[in-house]
Amino acid sequence: MGGDAAGPVPTDQHDFALWEKRVDALMVLCSGKGLFTVDGLRRVLEDMGEESFETMTYYERWIASVNQNLIEAGAYTTAELATKMTQVQARGDTYGEASDASG
Amino acid sequence: MPHDHADHLSPSGHPYRPDDDHPLSYWQTLEIAVRELLVEKEITTAADIAEQIDAMDARNPTMGAQVVARYWTEPEFATALLADGAKATREMGFDIGPMKLIALPNRPDLHNIVVCTLCSCYPRNLLGLPPDWYKSRAYRSRTVREPRKVLAEFGVTLPESTEVRVHDSTADMRYIVIPNRPARTEGLDQAALAALVTRDSMIGTGIARTP
Repeated sequence: MGGDAAGPVPTDQHDFALWEKRVDALMVLCSGKGLFTVDGLRRVLEDMGEESFETMTYYERWIASVNQNLIEAGAYTTAELATKMTQVQARGDTYGEASDASG
Repeated sequence: MPHDHADHLSPSGHPYRPDDDHPLSYWQTLEIAVRELLVEKEITTAADIAEQIDAMDARNPTMGAQVVARYWTEPEFATALLADGAKATREMGFDIGPMKLIALPNRPDLHNIVVCTLCSCYPRNLLGLPPDWYKSRAYRSRTVREPRKVLAEFGVTLPESTEVRVHDSTADMRYIVIPNRPARTEGLDQAALAALVTRDSMIGTGIARTP
């Protein structure tokens, strides 16, 4: 997108939420373990298309890409992920509740 | 009348602030699921993740400011930083890992500005996490197209005679701008000089403060 026309540079700044910091940490840790490279992360981001840059936030795009790369690396299967997602959702309606695996 | 306040005010009359308890989103669910699977598969641990977050939170632009202050005051360090930025900053305890770090000294007739058109590559070891605007579509698109206009939005207006160089970061190569040393700072020690070096002055969207 470098070189495209765009509006003023936004000056809003937000504190990163815990889940966003965790996405960042997972990216760094999994890169360090050789599960994917920054190029792999970028490839999936590019594949998402321009629209995703308008409709998803930064770390939403990142977790989508981290997940895609981890599945490709064989870290877990799509079936395992689907089962886990269902379990997480069943824990509650907020991030805090859904993060609590002990419940 | 106790109940005639606007809907966006709490019963105590204060505006509601966004909190972390909004409904769970799909992407948050995915983050939790991925993280737990990685821990179950023993690829990482909860402690490693927490430690990584702490390390990330601890990094901030004062680290880069120390590098700039040394550059201004120690000619030998300046030479070493220009020769191999990763090595020189690693020796200060700011490890950039396997990436290259390139220091870009401004001159009175040259202003450098850094962008990552692809995404958000940034010298995190020296500046911490990038600000939101650095990751924005507008900054990434326009900085290579009309850098002087972008600079003006940040309050940096340069004469036409000053050359502007835009540097596009990559996954393997990061940049830090060395801003011009402000006038009348001859007597200041490194700590006092570092306090003049803002985050934006090291990205190139600002200049160093004057004392």
